[in-house]
Amino acid sequence: MALSEQEVLAGLAEIVAEETGIDTADVQLDKSFTDDLDIDSLSMMTIVTLAEEKFDVRIPDEEVKNLVSVGDAVNYITTAQA
Amino acid sequence: MAVVVTGLGCTTPLGGDVPSTWQAALEGRSGVHTLQNDWAELYDLPVNFAGQIAVQPSEVLSRPETKRMDPSAQYAIIATREAWKDAGSPEVDPERLGAAVSSGIGGVWTLLTAWDTVKEKGASRVLPLTVPMLMPNSPAAYVELEIGAKAGAHAPVSACASGAEAIGTAFDMIESGRADIVVAGGTEAAIHPLPISSFAAMQALSRRNDSPETASRPYDTTRDGFVLGEGAGIVVLESEEHARARGARIHARLVGLGMTSDAHHIAAPDPEGAGQTRAMKLALQRAGLTPADVAHVNAHATSTPAGDMVEARGIRSLMGSHGDNVLLSATKSMTGHLLGGAGAVESVFTILALKHRVAPPTINVDNPDPGLEVDLVRNTPRPMAASGSLAAINNSFGFGGHNVALVFINA
Repeated sequence: MALSEQEVLAGLAEIVAEETGIDTADVQLDKSFTDDLDIDSLSMMTIVTLAEEKFDVRIPDEEVKNLVSVGDAVNYITTAQA
Repeated sequence: MAVVVTGLGCTTPLGGDVPSTWQAALEGRSGVHTLQNDWAELYDLPVNFAGQIAVQPSEVLSRPETKRMDPSAQYAIIATREAWKDAGSPEVDPERLGAAVSSGIGGVWTLLTAWDTVKEKGASRVLPLTVPMLMPNSPAAYVELEIGAKAGAHAPVSACASGAEAIGTAFDMIESGRADIVVAGGTEAAIHPLPISSFAAMQALSRRNDSPETASRPYDTTRDGFVLGEGAGIVVLESEEHARARGARIHARLVGLGMTSDAHHIAAPDPEGAGQTRAMKLALQRAGLTPADVAHVNAHATSTPAGDMVEARGIRSLMGSHGDNVLLSATKSMTGHLLGGAGAVESVFTILALKHRVAPPTINVDNPDPGLEVDLVRNTPRPMAASGSLAAINNSFGFGGHNVALVFINA
């Protein structure tokens, strides 16, 4: 069953916290991965790889550059799993 | 440029830091136990025990640190933080600060776990940090990042001599004027089914599965191979001038380094031990010392039938009758063999032995090899001369015929 936007956000926040040490509460829809959360490209790729596995979706490499904010990623995942 | 030791750190099968490791060593405890991991019984391993680290990294590192670094780098970072703090967290020009940290095997857990991922889940599931985690210079690089070292970061690899060679590299960096401080040592995290199977395949490991605590028994007539260990040792080396200027506490001095190679065989030591003996001789020469000055040797002695006595005969041939007075310790009897970490952890032991004027024990030697003509410290520590200068050699030898001897003297 497809997860809600809130469930995807919570799951994504867990991954970000595990990988970077950023508090899950700081992983909000309007936050930019690079500008607000200071996540480098390698970490971003790690998060994407782990998210693909966790949510059973495919996020093509060329799509990753479009995932600027946490909300972009949550939208992509929510749509992709639907 | 005289080189002094101002900081020590380690995480070993005997303890998660220097005080606990040293205390356990003085008590003659074994850090070798039956493997409790879920994989231990899966593969019909011929050897089911090892010297696993006493304190898990997850107890001292943050969650992201344990995910971004291979265990070999994690151990190095744990030991580095202890050593750096022990050195007084010195203020130093980053361009005069170096790192030299080796592993004999590299990020074997990362490599093989990633291969499992490829096979089980497909190439797209391989994590992007796999390469920086598995590369053998990863511990050196993470230490470089940890302390902000810009004078150079090195990871000389020479199998079981790697940690000692890293300390030798650091010694050269300071003596040649490249750096004022170098954080140096070795690390290993290779207790994995593949290295166990591989070392067992070459008949290098003890098979004493029913009595792991007594399996590492250097010089005993019934020794049957080494015991795989893991962990890291780190020393902070510093030019004496720099250490004095900042009023640092000095544990000991590193005064000699001898490095040779056998050109004999890819895995077996030269039975005559010529290269090993020459390494000790060169190290003493560089130190301006003679064999008669040596009070203590922390031997490489891994508990293999062939290796132990080659080294012991070499020590005797170098020392002559003075060998009767040299306190010989084989601390691998307690820690197991930390491969690339061994030379560094044993340097920590050697430095502490000089500082506290006591040679740590060798355990499990019920019947010393009859050919042993050096004074082996058995079961309980033995005091060294209460006053005066003391010199000690730490030997490390690696597959490939790599021989490294380090000479330390008390502060």
